[in-house]
Amino acid sequence: MPATDIGWTGLAASLVLVVVAIALSWWQGLRLEGPIAWASLRAAVQLVLVGWALKLVLDPNASVAWAFAWVVGMIVFAAVTVRRRAPEVPGAFPIALVATAAVSVVSLGVIFGLGIFPVEGRTVVPLAGMMIGNSMTATVVAARRVVEELRDKRAEVEARLALGHSSRDSARPYVRDALRIALLPQIESTKAVGLVFLPGAMTGLILAGVDPFDAVTIQLAIMFLILGSVAVTVTVVGLGLTRRLFTPDHRLVRLARPT
Amino acid sequence: MGHHADAPSAGFRFEHVSCVVDATTILDDVSVVLAHEGVTAVAGPSGAGKSTLLRLCNRLEVATSGRILLDGDDIADLDPLTLRRRVGMVFQRPVVFAGTVRENLLIAHPRADDAALAAAMGRAGLEASFLDRRADDLSGGEAQRSCVARALLTDPEVLLMDEPTSALDVDARQTIEHLARDLADQGIPVVWVTHDLDQAERLTDHTIVMMAGRIVDDEAAASYLAARSFEEPDT
Repeated sequence: MPATDIGWTGLAASLVLVVVAIALSWWQGLRLEGPIAWASLRAAVQLVLVGWALKLVLDPNASVAWAFAWVVGMIVFAAVTVRRRAPEVPGAFPIALVATAAVSVVSLGVIFGLGIFPVEGRTVVPLAGMMIGNSMTATVVAARRVVEELRDKRAEVEARLALGHSSRDSARPYVRDALRIALLPQIESTKAVGLVFLPGAMTGLILAGVDPFDAVTIQLAIMFLILGSVAVTVTVVGLGLTRRLFTPDHRLVRLARPT
Repeated sequence: MGHHADAPSAGFRFEHVSCVVDATTILDDVSVVLAHEGVTAVAGPSGAGKSTLLRLCNRLEVATSGRILLDGDDIADLDPLTLRRRVGMVFQRPVVFAGTVRENLLIAHPRADDAALAAAMGRAGLEASFLDRRADDLSGGEAQRSCVARALLTDPEVLLMDEPTSALDVDARQTIEHLARDLADQGIPVVWVTHDLDQAERLTDHTIVMMAGRIVDDEAAASYLAARSFEEPDT
């Protein structure tokens, strides 16, 4: 396939757009000039480092075990992110870690077990990355919403507890709302795919010169995989965190408002 | 006064109960018997530990030390969900859930038929026609009465009311006070937390006065009640 190589000059040229963003921020007094510059620089450094590391991992002569080691790293990072975003919840890290790991094993098992993609570094790492990345984003939303719902609706939850409902039953309506909010963006983007935006993998494949129809079938398989993984991780983590927010004798723990 | 050591064992008995939350002592070595009849007021200034005392009764809070007995049984040994159905609770702000009043009541007792719902409404002083009203549309007093009706559906042995009128206007306050009186007369003991000494005097058969996490002795309680104020009595 014809390689699309923008080179260092092309990359430098794309910085013009960052400058535009900074200029807009300055003009409107958003005070985001620093954060935009920092985010861009950080993205550049991170991706260049990742690019080098990927070159080693994805080398056709390298063992596929390196690719799976990379996946393990992504899972741990995703769990750390969830914990950081839900610091009120004791034990958020192990819940997120186990959920992400389990979902990764099952989904990667399905795609590689059914032979949808060949087991190679160049398939394992990006597929797992898209799945874990999307799951992580949705899980962070779910974790935040579960904590906030149970904190803000404390009076309602305790009124249900006071009527003799178990902690699970008392939390159910609020956790359900939180899970819906976390899942809806993924469902919406699945619905709008192709009409509004062309998803990342497909865009990448088309830019790299792959036939658009082949790109579409690959993208569909990936999207269904992501949808399933996101739904499972969000549900498992949401319900797991909820359990941690109650004591075994059905009391809601104190949830401090962030300062 | 409600805290005689020789009181009957029915109802709640606190034995050297302390409750410490985040290194702050909320209740400090409280021993008291809540009379198992009539209306008992737990009065005191805000921050005295009144609400915590109430919440300990149905295990929405747990004691750091000491024990609480209900009819002679340590509540720590009871199933919390069963305990909470034996002990009705009405909160400071009426907590209604989305939906109709009927749906609110069914949360307490999902299999209750219309007759049972209407009976609970009647005991709370509300017409059965309120069952089809949206709970969000009720006035504060109506909402609080529907909360009482909901609590009654678990057939509680005692009703805990945590400053149930402090968020209500004067008319609604009087209705809820009469309601507590009626329920007590029907045989459901009511424990009523208030910071309003006039209300305590007006409403109740027994008054317990709390200050800074402790129950004050009878003499001091009588002085506070006579002075109608939680300022330090001159005596």
